[in-house]
Amino acid sequence: MAIPKVVGTETEYGIVAVGSTEFNPVLSSSQLIATYAGSLRRIRWDYEQESPMRDARGFEPVQMREPPEEELGLANVILPNGARYYVDHAHPEYSTPECSTPRDLVVHDKAGERILERSLQELRRALPEGNRIAVYKNNSDGKGNSYGTHENYLVDRATPFAAIVRDLTPFFVSRQVFTGAGKLGAEAPWDERGSHRYQLTQRADFFEAEVGLETTLKRPIVNTRDEPHADPEKYRRLHVIVGDANLCEVATFLKVGTTALVLKMIEDDYLPDLSLVNPVAALHEISRDVSCIRQVPLTDGRRLSAVQLQWEYLERAKKYVEQEDPSAENEEVVERWESVLAALEDEPLSLHRELDWVAKYRLLEGYRARDGLDWSDPKLRLVDLQYHDVRRDRGLYHRLEASGEVERLVTDDQIDRAVMEPPEDTRAYFRGRCIERYPDAIAAASWDSIIFDTGQAALQRVPMREPLRGTRTHVESLLEQAADPAALVELLRS
Amino acid sequence: MPQEQEKKKATRRSGGGADEDAGEVKVSAKGEKLKEEMDEILDEIDSVLEENAEEFVKSYVQKGGQ
Repeated sequence: MAIPKVVGTETEYGIVAVGSTEFNPVLSSSQLIATYAGSLRRIRWDYEQESPMRDARGFEPVQMREPPEEELGLANVILPNGARYYVDHAHPEYSTPECSTPRDLVVHDKAGERILERSLQELRRALPEGNRIAVYKNNSDGKGNSYGTHENYLVDRATPFAAIVRDLTPFFVSRQVFTGAGKLGAEAPWDERGSHRYQLTQRADFFEAEVGLETTLKRPIVNTRDEPHADPEKYRRLHVIVGDANLCEVATFLKVGTTALVLKMIEDDYLPDLSLVNPVAALHEISRDVSCIRQVPLTDGRRLSAVQLQWEYLERAKKYVEQEDPSAENEEVVERWESVLAALEDEPLSLHRELDWVAKYRLLEGYRARDGLDWSDPKLRLVDLQYHDVRRDRGLYHRLEASGEVERLVTDDQIDRAVMEPPEDTRAYFRGRCIERYPDAIAAASWDSIIFDTGQAALQRVPMREPLRGTRTHVESLLEQAADPAALVELLRS
Repeated sequence: MPQEQEKKKATRRSGGGADEDAGEVKVSAKGEKLKEEMDEILDEIDSVLEENAEEFVKSYVQKGGQ
């Protein structure tokens, strides 16, 4: 029987300075994160003032007029919501806490956008007048440079990796029709039509291999990184690098919900062989077909479109959910999957309220029609870029959302809460609560452990190798009983 | 299969059949409304778009990541 699909996303945001010629993206990313972390301390300080029984040792308000001093290392912090916020390559990266459902993941993925937005607001106060940093939740600069949005899924170690590759590859190639965030232009060196083309995805151009370990060059459709961040005897963490960063909640929900369901079916050996003759070529072709009708060859001799391939998966998923894994969550995924596939088959452009690539395409076509713009017009490039701006008053996705032009699945209240609160039903709860309660007693934390410095000679390491342990149900009363971190470690031992 | 789909789309887009005129009227009224909605959206977006599109887009260069 398939294991529960604990999921998380990690997003490298695009970052650029506006109004300044001197810009180091690594240092600016670090400064952005450090400033946000500093503002949390200030928030926590205020909170502590209202809780006189709690020990407020070591907290100091941060002076916000001065940019935080760069220390030797780059910013890398664990947040009270259980997320990790750090510098990766030359980008600020936000990794959500572990979530147990696609809906929770949508909430926490969105909370990441809010955290980047708040970071910008905090940092702006520290920058000289006229300078600012801009941040984009996208995956390409339109000039041949890409940065990733990765998904992570907990997978049973007993499932042969070959089965994962066989069944997941055609799924990844075809899911672009709803996961794509849309892109004006082509960045693959072989594409002669180049810049005058609209694609479903930001990322397809950057994939050159079927399977492999790489993530920054010769990127593979199925990534083989084996770093479970959990009990390695029992689990894999499937590291998915082939997706786009989504702003539409429906797109994120479907991306993660359908992939989790497909992985469950792979674990239960429930899928037929849908292998493609040339998955990499098919990935590129499907991304370049906004009508979503182009067919690609299967090794069994058939030719199917991306939508038809998705129907094959959906039909199996409907049976699977009905017979093996009935739950309200699974049913919601299957229903949404079906309605989106039906619309893609009938008229893809009707999905402008649900899917990023369609919402963006509609804007570009609107500008072309109203202003008579050619596809090469810089204004269209700007629309493509600014669609992903994280600022809610400037980002074009966010303007559409504010005008009621996109469908919401979750509420602003849920998102705001997730900025500070961890999910309650994964180990992220324990991590987040410890960070919130004992920031100064934590020497280090990672996905699968917390190391406490309780003042004793030796540091105390608390392993968290089970992603579904350390939930609110498991540890809330322990956290309440423990007067201090030393007592907590003692209680965890007993 | 793709030919069938294309035919279906072609039929839908051009109206066609006995009630072609009625179809045309409906389509254009709906088209007007859609255009008005789109114009409102674009006006909103005009008001927030960065200035100097060409320069702005040119300066957006990233170091590659994962």
